[in-house]
Amino acid sequence: MNGFVDRLLGRVRLGGWLGVAAPVIAVVFAVLITSGVLLVAGKDPIEAFTTLADYGTQPRSMAMILNTGVMYYISALAVAVGFRMNLFNIGVDGQYRLAAVVAAAVGGAAVVPGVLNIVLVVVSAVVVGALWAAIAGLLRVYRGVSEVISTIMLNAIATGLGAWLVSEHFGVLTGNDLGTRPIPDDAHMPGIPLIAGTPVLVNGFIVVAVLLGIAYWLVLNRTRFGFELRATGKSETAAVASGVSVKKMIVVTMVMSGAVAGLIGMPELLGASYKYSNNFPAGLGFTGIAIALLGRNNPVGMAVGALLWSFLENSSNQLQLLDISKEIVQIMQGVIVLSVIIAYELVHRYRIVAEQRRVSRELAAPAEPPKAEAAV
Amino acid sequence: MKILYGMQRPDEGEIRVEGTPVGFRTPADAIAAGIGMVHQHFMLADNLTVLENVVLGSEPRRGGLALDFAAARKKIKEISDAYGLGVRPDVPVEDLGVGDRQRVEILKVLYRGARILILDEPTAVLVPHEVEELFDNLRGLVREGLTILFISHKLDEVLRVADEITVIRRGTTVATVGPKDVTSRKLAELMVGSELPSPETRESTVTDVVALSVRDLTVRTGDGRPVVENVSFDIHKGEVLGIAGVEGNGQAELVEAIMGMRPCEVGALTLGGADISHWSTLKRRAGGIGYIPEDRHRHGLLLESPLWENRILGHQTRRPNVKGPWIDRSGARADTRRIVEEYDVRTPGIDVDAATLSGGNQQKLIVGREMSGDPVLLIASHPTRGVDIGAQAAIWDHLRTARAAGLAVLLISADLDELIGLSDTLKVILRGRIVADVDPANATPEQLGSAMTGAGEGV
Repeated sequence: MNGFVDRLLGRVRLGGWLGVAAPVIAVVFAVLITSGVLLVAGKDPIEAFTTLADYGTQPRSMAMILNTGVMYYISALAVAVGFRMNLFNIGVDGQYRLAAVVAAAVGGAAVVPGVLNIVLVVVSAVVVGALWAAIAGLLRVYRGVSEVISTIMLNAIATGLGAWLVSEHFGVLTGNDLGTRPIPDDAHMPGIPLIAGTPVLVNGFIVVAVLLGIAYWLVLNRTRFGFELRATGKSETAAVASGVSVKKMIVVTMVMSGAVAGLIGMPELLGASYKYSNNFPAGLGFTGIAIALLGRNNPVGMAVGALLWSFLENSSNQLQLLDISKEIVQIMQGVIVLSVIIAYELVHRYRIVAEQRRVSRELAAPAEPPKAEAAV
Repeated sequence: MKILYGMQRPDEGEIRVEGTPVGFRTPADAIAAGIGMVHQHFMLADNLTVLENVVLGSEPRRGGLALDFAAARKKIKEISDAYGLGVRPDVPVEDLGVGDRQRVEILKVLYRGARILILDEPTAVLVPHEVEELFDNLRGLVREGLTILFISHKLDEVLRVADEITVIRRGTTVATVGPKDVTSRKLAELMVGSELPSPETRESTVTDVVALSVRDLTVRTGDGRPVVENVSFDIHKGEVLGIAGVEGNGQAELVEAIMGMRPCEVGALTLGGADISHWSTLKRRAGGIGYIPEDRHRHGLLLESPLWENRILGHQTRRPNVKGPWIDRSGARADTRRIVEEYDVRTPGIDVDAATLSGGNQQKLIVGREMSGDPVLLIASHPTRGVDIGAQAAIWDHLRTARAAGLAVLLISADLDELIGLSDTLKVILRGRIVADVDPANATPEQLGSAMTGAGEGV
């Protein structure tokens, strides 16, 4: 069972093409299931998928898909940091929303001008996210409270705290909309005209997201800290015997996960809405969990997953033109996640057997090596 | 034992209960046949009362749904009085002492109608007067016609309580004797066997330089019971100090205390003259302690990581594995290849997962890793357990070579031949205390066995 969770959370490698095969199989499978559902509902699946694909390839939609995808990707990174060492940070959702509230208020106050304000907003979001996550980390270390429970509860508290902060302290009423004071124009994140043929700009945070992805990969795979983190995730007992302080790792990892989570709301805050109000996107933290599972915590895999998710979300409205309920997309997303988990499991079992066979074959091939048996 | 209780199925042979052959698929089958098991680790829910714990899983019903606690209480009272267990049904289990909890476990089994009781190391958790009480209870049960299977490695206890003793060694029955016909010394011989160790002719390499010095080391469990008590010893450079003992007498805790993995009270713990009692595990490792753990899968390897990442494990602060905060992939990989070559690890490459190697090859990798980086002290816990003969000989050779080069080795093993053959000094641990010093040059496994089981009159 433990091994299954390891594989679920992607702490186990899947070599070469097999790692790619699994998600592709899963997506194909999800398409089949969704087609079945559409057929049962008396709709034409081919028409539906063509509509989705047509919409997704238009320049304007592509820019929008990238914009939502950026937030999804950062969220997936935040979740993945915890997953790599067996920590289920379900609280990414609360962490980014609370961080956004505080950061929006800081930005709206415009204490410093221009770019400095952007930096200040981002830093305060990171700090708030990290501190909020740290609560769960400390509870786990000093009181043995499962981070799953504490982060879920902290989500609820963050919702209440955020609402209270907006209504009692930071809020200004614009028409019917109660929100934080808008961030001044000079502190807006500039967009990038990345996609030709559309006036829609791509959010400047796409650069930050790419850098984060690279940093994530570097830290986890190339540093001693990342090694200790992964070792703890794979075997806590072995990590302890190797001198890793598991308590310290838990707190540090939670703080890192929360810090990244703090950034999730930034593309929206600094590049689109410029304030925190009731319309601010919610639930991105949970999307991040699904994408981290889908991409197996791999920085490239999660990027693909985030884009796929964003494509499905953005184009779902188009289905209504065909008189198909847009919720069909949610069915598809659910099936993708489920089947990807199953596909990874199957591929993993295949790989284990294949590798075991390969090892015994290669050891048997050169008959006994010339070294013979070690001298007794 | 697991087979008798239906947790595992036998490959062949048969079990007869009162003359009828039976086959158990699950513990429930065993219970139905009247066999009950009292586990070494209690399986009780602390926050429920004794009554609730006893009926849990076989609750008496009244009118289909409601629980009939009154009937259960009455039945528990009856059983308790009949066998003189003195169990109070309405006390929460968390308020009970260890002895009381054990009686609840026994009562739980009796409540389910067991006529044959299996007790797995029942005295391991008890203090002497509780053991006395348990024995009184057991005699009471036997008087009432019940059958008891008492599993223990403590010879004096077995001799006192049993009507018949069966000795099992490495999964086979060695002998069945009556307690009046044997002495504990004879029993110890039966337990450890009497194969003579392979003779070891070699000169001593022990020097005068103390590598590790342990003074008054005590380790306590969460509830304050000492599992290692006032242990003191010195290991010199070039010396192999063997610790002999029946498993579960504090060896694992001793090792973990020296590694800094477990809190302990200690007079002084010095490594090469430096006081390391307050060092972290990482600092101790970096200070030159190599560690071959007892359970390589739990403590020694990342099974689902490639060999070269396993080379880094436990040595993640040192060259050639890291450069500053960065992992030195090429350095670690090159050094892994060296280990594979020098220690004859049979593998097609260093990128395969550790899990794909055989136990012997995994162990050779660990030995190679822990011998790297010039250790001052090597803690070798059961270094050749579960490995094939070839790997065993190779590992012994590596230990001897390293010892000749001035390495201090703390050797913990259940293999008496290994202990006698490799050690320069031998100490016997029993119930967390060092109870005897044995000269490996003229020790026999029999002598060692008696000392280990507390049967010896001083060797």
